[in-house]
Amino acid sequence: MTLEIALQSVVSGLMFGGVIGLVAVGVSLIWGIMDLINFAYGEYLMWSMYLTFFLWAGLGIEPILTVPITAVVLFGAGVLTYRSVIRPVLRGPIFAQILSTFGLLVLLRYTAWLLFRPDDRQAQSALATSVVVLGGLRVSGGELVAFAGSLVATTALFAFLAYTKTGKALRALAQDREAALALGIEPDRLYALAWGLSTAAAGVAGALVSSFMYVNPLVGDVFLLPAFAAVALGGFGNVYGAVAGGLVIGVVNVTGGTLTMPKVKLALVYLVFVGVLFMRPKGLWGR
Amino acid sequence: MLLTVGDVHATYGRFDVLRGISVGVAAGEIVAVLGPNGAGKSTLLKAIAGFLPPRQGSIRLSDEEIAGLRPSALLRKGVVYVMQRSSVFPKLTILENLEMGAYIRPSSPEVKADIDRVLGLFPQLAGRRHQRAEGLSGGERRMLEIGRALLLHPKVLLLDEPTMGLAPLVADLIFEKILELRAAGTTVLMVEQNARLALEVSDRAYVLEQGQVRVEGRGQELLTSDAVRRAYLGGAAPR
Repeated sequence: MTLEIALQSVVSGLMFGGVIGLVAVGVSLIWGIMDLINFAYGEYLMWSMYLTFFLWAGLGIEPILTVPITAVVLFGAGVLTYRSVIRPVLRGPIFAQILSTFGLLVLLRYTAWLLFRPDDRQAQSALATSVVVLGGLRVSGGELVAFAGSLVATTALFAFLAYTKTGKALRALAQDREAALALGIEPDRLYALAWGLSTAAAGVAGALVSSFMYVNPLVGDVFLLPAFAAVALGGFGNVYGAVAGGLVIGVVNVTGGTLTMPKVKLALVYLVFVGVLFMRPKGLWGR
Repeated sequence: MLLTVGDVHATYGRFDVLRGISVGVAAGEIVAVLGPNGAGKSTLLKAIAGFLPPRQGSIRLSDEEIAGLRPSALLRKGVVYVMQRSSVFPKLTILENLEMGAYIRPSSPEVKADIDRVLGLFPQLAGRRHQRAEGLSGGERRMLEIGRALLLHPKVLLLDEPTMGLAPLVADLIFEKILELRAAGTTVLMVEQNARLALEVSDRAYVLEQGQVRVEGRGQELLTSDAVRRAYLGGAAPR
């Protein structure tokens, strides 16, 4: 085990962490605005990967170029999910809300299982095998593009939240729903928008990783579990912290797996997750 | 009357909080609603503001029935509500809070001019417009909430205990601002715990008890009425 391998794995971890950051922001957005955990979030990402795969297999579209398509389709899927599944249970007990997104997870996962069988599929892209050398360290071109794309998507989302009137209204709604209502900020349309943006983030992430990752009906877990840990690290509902949490979790995941055994990498992620919650129940950067 | 509440009943869960209440506010008036805890003062404002639709009775703005409308629809008609608890958005800046006050208005130069006008009204806020509202004192939060409400050009401003928890000097300042608003043509219906101060600034007042109006009259009359003083102001009238 040389220092170079360790450094190499840190870089690789940061690349993966950028994607986890985007996924964590998607989870955190809904959590922060609606106090709702979307357990099905990884399944949206999985469906986005299938969409990218079939666009590549059927039409020969380069995986990375499917980003705008998966973003738009998944945005629509999020709005549809909100209107058909989430809105009716919002007035119900908290268990109904938790079970509704858990039910979505089961539905989306096993529909994919039924349609696509549990086989691994992967789009072939020159990007996957290309290598970029950065300061003596080798980075896969696919991972680098996924990292950069995730950062761009995250930055765009943050700029929307920070500078547009609608983005400010979303933050106001997250902070005080009743006060927002008293100013005429109607939650329903904004909740639908938040769902669309959140699942669009999963759409972007799915297309970005498709050039170098297999897709199968269970692939959502690869992202969702580390993303939950990143959300906890970043402070629940704090979208900015989620990105930092994602980078940390990415390194723990990849470097931890390299330094010990690949099989225990998710266990390491959970060790960090539990450790953070034990010391700071509101998250490392929580308020 | 600009605002007429007629025989309104409203229920919280299984409790009848408003039991046939009738209140009127003429254009340009400041009207205070007083009474002990649980009398239904806040509930009355919530019913008018669309947060608790009345079970029975009518609420009219000029000649239009507005009972049961959603808050967003009421805002567009000029009924604007500032709730009892602090309702600034803590993580938004003062300026962003004001922008949210104008949320239902399309962005325009007039909105910007209105925001500048509100900041002129509250100089304490103007210099800190880019700071988050969480750093404001209780009195400054109230000013921001009232300023936010003004961006909607209220016909009727509903204020629920605007001076609650504030130091006496700050409370005086808030009341001064309310008088300024009236001078500028805003009609105010406010609930107050601080009955003495409220009666001094208001034209008329209603004293509620158990969801009904017990006493009504001009502010100055109520201030010197023995019955009111004994029940709600503590102590007898000065001789």
